[in-house]
Amino acid sequence: MSVAAPTSPEPGTQPGPQPDPQQAGPISAAPSVLRRLLSRKLALFGLFIILICVGGAVFARWLAPFDPAEQFFDGLTIEGSPMPPGPVYWFGTDLLGRDLLSRLLYGAQTSLIIGIVANGAALLIGTLVGVTAGYFRGLIGAGLMRFTDLMMAFPALLLAICLAAIFQPSLWIVAMVIACVNWVQTARVVYTQTSSLAERDFIAAEKTLGAGHGRILFRHILPHLMPTLIVWGTLGISTTVLLEATLSFLGVGVQPPTPSWGNIIFENQTWFQAAPWLVFIPGAVILLLALAFNLVGDALRDILDPTQQGRD
Amino acid sequence: MKKLILSTALSAMMALSPALAETPVHGGNMIVTYKDDVATLDPAIGYDWQNWSMIKSVFDGLMDYEPGTTTLRPGLAESYEISEDGLSYTFKLRPGVKFHNGREMTAEDVVWSINRVVNPATQSPGQGFFAMIEGFDASSVDGSPLTGVSAPDAGTVVFKLSRPDATFLHVMALNFSYVVPKEAVEAAGADFGKQPVGTGAFKLAEWTLGQRLVFEKNADYWIPGVPYLDSFTVEVGQEPVVALLRAQNGEVDVPGDGIPPAKFTEVMGDPAQAANVVEGGQLHTGYITMNVTAAPFDKVEVRRAVNMAINKDRIIQVINGRAVPANQPLPPSMPGYTKDYAGYPYDVEGAKALLAEAGLADGFETEIYVMNTDPNPRIAQAIQQDLKAIGITANIRSLAQANVIEAGGAGQAPMIWSGGMAWIADFPDPSNFYGPILGCGGAVEGGWNWSKYCNAELDALAAKADSTVDPAKAEERLKLWSDTYMGVMEDAPWAPVFNEQRYTMKSPRMGGADALYVDPVSIPVNYDYVYIKE
Amino acid sequence: MAAYILRRLVTAALILLGVSFITFVLLYVLPADPVRQIAGRSATPETVESIRRQLGLDQPLVVQYGNYLWNLLQGDLGRSYLQKTEVATLITARLPATLLLMVAAIFCELVIGLTLGVIAALYRGRALDNVLMLSSFVTVSAPQFVVALLLLYVFSVQLGWFPIGGYGTFSHLVLPAVTLGILGSGWYARIMRSSMLDVLRADFIRTARAKGLGRGRIILGHAIPNAILPVIAMIGIDIGMFMSGIVVVESVFGWPGIGQLAWQAIQRVDIPIIMGVTLISALAIVIGNLIADLISPLIDPRIKLH
Repeated sequence: MSVAAPTSPEPGTQPGPQPDPQQAGPISAAPSVLRRLLSRKLALFGLFIILICVGGAVFARWLAPFDPAEQFFDGLTIEGSPMPPGPVYWFGTDLLGRDLLSRLLYGAQTSLIIGIVANGAALLIGTLVGVTAGYFRGLIGAGLMRFTDLMMAFPALLLAICLAAIFQPSLWIVAMVIACVNWVQTARVVYTQTSSLAERDFIAAEKTLGAGHGRILFRHILPHLMPTLIVWGTLGISTTVLLEATLSFLGVGVQPPTPSWGNIIFENQTWFQAAPWLVFIPGAVILLLALAFNLVGDALRDILDPTQQGRD
Repeated sequence: MKKLILSTALSAMMALSPALAETPVHGGNMIVTYKDDVATLDPAIGYDWQNWSMIKSVFDGLMDYEPGTTTLRPGLAESYEISEDGLSYTFKLRPGVKFHNGREMTAEDVVWSINRVVNPATQSPGQGFFAMIEGFDASSVDGSPLTGVSAPDAGTVVFKLSRPDATFLHVMALNFSYVVPKEAVEAAGADFGKQPVGTGAFKLAEWTLGQRLVFEKNADYWIPGVPYLDSFTVEVGQEPVVALLRAQNGEVDVPGDGIPPAKFTEVMGDPAQAANVVEGGQLHTGYITMNVTAAPFDKVEVRRAVNMAINKDRIIQVINGRAVPANQPLPPSMPGYTKDYAGYPYDVEGAKALLAEAGLADGFETEIYVMNTDPNPRIAQAIQQDLKAIGITANIRSLAQANVIEAGGAGQAPMIWSGGMAWIADFPDPSNFYGPILGCGGAVEGGWNWSKYCNAELDALAAKADSTVDPAKAEERLKLWSDTYMGVMEDAPWAPVFNEQRYTMKSPRMGGADALYVDPVSIPVNYDYVYIKE
Repeated sequence: MAAYILRRLVTAALILLGVSFITFVLLYVLPADPVRQIAGRSATPETVESIRRQLGLDQPLVVQYGNYLWNLLQGDLGRSYLQKTEVATLITARLPATLLLMVAAIFCELVIGLTLGVIAALYRGRALDNVLMLSSFVTVSAPQFVVALLLLYVFSVQLGWFPIGGYGTFSHLVLPAVTLGILGSGWYARIMRSSMLDVLRADFIRTARAKGLGRGRIILGHAIPNAILPVIAMIGIDIGMFMSGIVVVESVFGWPGIGQLAWQAIQRVDIPIIMGVTLISALAIVIGNLIADLISPLIDPRIKLH
């Protein structure tokens, strides 16, 4: 079975206003990109949410109504059940009688580093590996992909358990583990797409016209990869924040009582019927953050994508 | 020579058992669930709380317990004799007991089974329990038959001990000493644990790996009328929350893992469901160990301060009240428990004063290791907050069970919360809480004495207690044990926190005395004596 | 083609070798002693040493690994330390359940994910698109345990449509497969959507439209086949994620797969089981990726196998 692939979709030859490379290049035109980003309502909303999360994390000390680690005597019922949201504890308390709102604010510190820094690093590594292997091919490309296959087949949780038992647990170790483990999937997807793109006529045409690798990569390959990268980058925020909780549970990450959004969900998930606020509030926060990045990412792609000028 | 003839009339023996409080009904199939898979049913190997009671139903030992109690009674032995010096035990076997394969059990089988457990090639985790038998030191290394076990005739087994040991009869009731048929073990090889053949009330009818085990009634069981159930099915790999849902739906008779914390308040708050829950004590203590060989816990004041800093009532509240506060290593239902001991009071100011006395008025930083399954990290956090109140900053290391055990054995862990790995007694005797976890023998590299606490005087006291074999001196012996544990509390290598209570849920159709559902030796239920009412 | 497959099979063997070596080394350096787990809490130091000798765990790492490989080449995965049963027996007892669930789950993911992705792409920018994309984030951000239990509660306990967990019949399979399908569909929906958008604005679609082809034929005949490429790569990746993330769903639905076997073995440092499961799942992942790489050129002939 083979599917006919008629004329190649060729980003560079789309009709419509062509951006001046000097102006619209992703690097040179940062101020204008920001301006256009700010002019989109949805993107603005996304930026707003990201700012709130970052603000909450940075100013947690002043914003949080309580110490996130303090187990309040009146934070539990006599039977030892957590308190639902109310006038004192706005978002309710957890299984040890701690204020959930304060834990969420402090937890943002951990979860933002994981969701943005570790996830971002994984995305970057994955893209570099995938593009190198898919575009340049050769021995290095093949080697990189086989290494990717090896990493994919490798039991990441086991690595985490070993690291946990050997090193002092810390946020940076868990960030490193996530970056080391999560780049693999991105690399695979980027590789498949890049190798498909690299075979297309317009790339060959560019090459015969004497275009350098840099130009081809940045003007043709990367813009086509953007949608994929946005998908992986934004969905990755949710999955890495939850993965951090798994790793913390195994002893690699932040240790109790330090909160993170993931470990708040993890500690309390069996209670989702008896105390739904303990699972659904942190879940909603993670969702909002991922969504916000997606809104900003979508807008960015539209602005940067040469084939998408003037469309929404 | 004192001779103890134990009741040979089985009916008389059973009349004592609480199982007969109502008239039991025969027949039916009971369904029990567990989250963890059953590893093995080989009595020499199995040492998990799930398979422990299943093995008790498939095999028998020379000694046994009254169902639902900690009282010893004869099992495969009809009677026994102890020599004056306490060094020789002669068991007369019950005649006509048959293995599931139809062959009659003989004294040779008993001898062979004991030798098998001691043989290092078997790799039995119970090997160490038999150290009092003559010849153990050689046999446990080279696998030669023990000189201390012999079968003068087909109905008699004689044990010679190298030291008097009051726990010997309990050891004979331990799963590790259960009798297995040589030919079946040799035929199955290492797979015997999956194809068990014993003399017990039930035989294994089906084992679908990873899914279920079906145990069928042994019609030829040597106690007439027992068991009551036609069969019971153990379903594995089931999340406790789901098992409870199934129990509420009438699909499961006993959720083996108990009532999950998230559901406990709901279940106990509903009178209809609470009526199906049986509560009982268990031979368990949850404690904090402190490594006495390293600063700052090398100072007794510091260890006492920790004992005084723990708010046990709050910790019990955090686990929904499913425990009672502990003030000594032994649980209250264990013989030898010191009833009139008040323990260290909860006294934050007093604890601070003790720290100051030790020259640590400003507190210090340390680590507390904990196994990573709920509720243990939660309990560790409650402990952490209590310690913070007296100036001790205890950072939590929450790890997989094997890693915590390793850190404890290597003496790397300043403090360990024992939950999840805690000591549940192998047999209901006070000695079981001492040797490996508080005595000098366990305070070695890799040992289970995580405090690395070694007090030669107390070890001598413990040895004296265990060599007090004469039943007439039982009270004296318990007093010796009580003194030993009081000595331990004086040195405070542990901070005992609570004794867990068991809450077993059963379906309304299940019958039998409550004690059978919180049986101290058969957890979660005594399969042989429970029955279905309809 | 044959040469390519052969070459990939050789690299697959090398990858498995690499995975086995790394896993072996990790378990070797892991500060947890398997012998302690076997010997139990009352064991004397002599007993511990004796068991260590019998299992060959006193040997240097290289010798241990060499022995393991040698046995492996003869098809012997060893015996579990704690269960004493052949690892191969334990795995083969559970592998069918895992594979069945994997196939069913990926099928559900594809059905749900691709449908949503295509619809979202066709309604780009409209309310329906936004709702669908929001739901894809919800599924990805949702903790497995909660989703699994919620579905079980609603469809099995309340409505009684399906059994409350278990294994054996088709109705046992539905809920775990749908749970995994829902949880994984977010990825496929997002990938399919962006891939569809990319294709829909390509020249050949315009050409097709200009030729007067019906909308349905364009989408089904031209757009979807061309947009499906990144999805194929995703399936290969999905197998990897599946192998590591299955244990929660397995235990909620009482599904007798290898996830639970592995999880318990890790807790107790049962090295032969950990090695066996790791190798089997690595094999599945390698084969999955190989198949993905082989299918890609069939769908997009411009891709050449290298």
